[in-house]
Amino acid sequence: MATLASPEVAADPAPLVIAGREFRSRLMVGTGKYSTNTVMIEALEASGAEVVTVAVRRVDLDRSKDEGILHHLDTSRFFLLANTAGCYNAGDAVRYARLARAAGFNEWVKLEVIGDEKTLLPDTVGLLEATKTLAAEGFKVMAYTNDDLITALRLEDAGAVAVMPLASPIGSGLGMLNPYAIRTIKQRLSVPVIVDAGVGTASDACVVMEQGVDGILMNTGIAAATDPVRMAFAMRSAVDAGRAAYLAGRMPRREVAVPSSPTTGMIGS
Amino acid sequence: MTGTVQQAEKTASRRAVDRTVAVTVNGSPREVTGSLFDLLASLDLDARSVVVEHNGAIIRDRASLPSVILAAGDVVEIVHFVGGG
Repeated sequence: MATLASPEVAADPAPLVIAGREFRSRLMVGTGKYSTNTVMIEALEASGAEVVTVAVRRVDLDRSKDEGILHHLDTSRFFLLANTAGCYNAGDAVRYARLARAAGFNEWVKLEVIGDEKTLLPDTVGLLEATKTLAAEGFKVMAYTNDDLITALRLEDAGAVAVMPLASPIGSGLGMLNPYAIRTIKQRLSVPVIVDAGVGTASDACVVMEQGVDGILMNTGIAAATDPVRMAFAMRSAVDAGRAAYLAGRMPRREVAVPSSPTTGMIGS
Repeated sequence: MTGTVQQAEKTASRRAVDRTVAVTVNGSPREVTGSLFDLLASLDLDARSVVVEHNGAIIRDRASLPSVILAAGDVVEIVHFVGGG
């Protein structure tokens, strides 16, 4: 174990590699729903994240509110990952991705094609279509999807550079509902698997990482905490702990007790 | 002869630049004059922090903003990055 290394490196000396690009942190965070930009920036710092997601929206021309995020984010420190949140068909998602790329930062996109307002579950048919279109245009597509193995495999075939199955619905904080499905996706895909959405607290993040996935993306789990900055730190620690535990290999489960202390040498025997 | 044609074209393009036209910007009607660059300036927006879509076509090179003259009925979308997950 490296004693002077950062927690990320101590947990796993190998960086996360997506489409040939190395990322030092396996925790990616969103920038939405924070009470103030100051809290948001402090939370990003505490999370240790390198990849931060942003959304594309119309500029408010009346200036009743200035929601632009680039005045607040140091883009030399954070890797901007634009999302297509709010898009309900492949055409819209492709349009938003192209707008995001024209901002001039990179050609990466967190692709969301939402199928239902109530659950925000993905429209996997539209998602596959948009993935194919954007991959052909040179985009690095990270596809937000459900925890279905077949869709995940098809997204990989369609050219996604990472597949992002949900732990549970966006903003629900329910944690990982189907560890078996997440594990199966990780075992079967060649591209990195980044679990996106549903992580509610640090233990959720830790258990997700213990499945062997390559990383986690979260927003509400941090932003909606009473103290988002402290929760960001907790999530960072949990991701590192979960990664280290996965690599360490857990002991086998037994349904009977096995003593930890010697059974011999007891006095009076 | 060629000089006269060029002069006429120049005058025509100046007229187009000076004309105030009704367009739609971010879903709302607006009277504008000149180029996309002029529109951003009139809205006090820094071209570097926004992306402009003009009649469905994204302006990928910001240097071309001054050369796109707005015409009546044009549809413009001006977007930027906001917080999101």
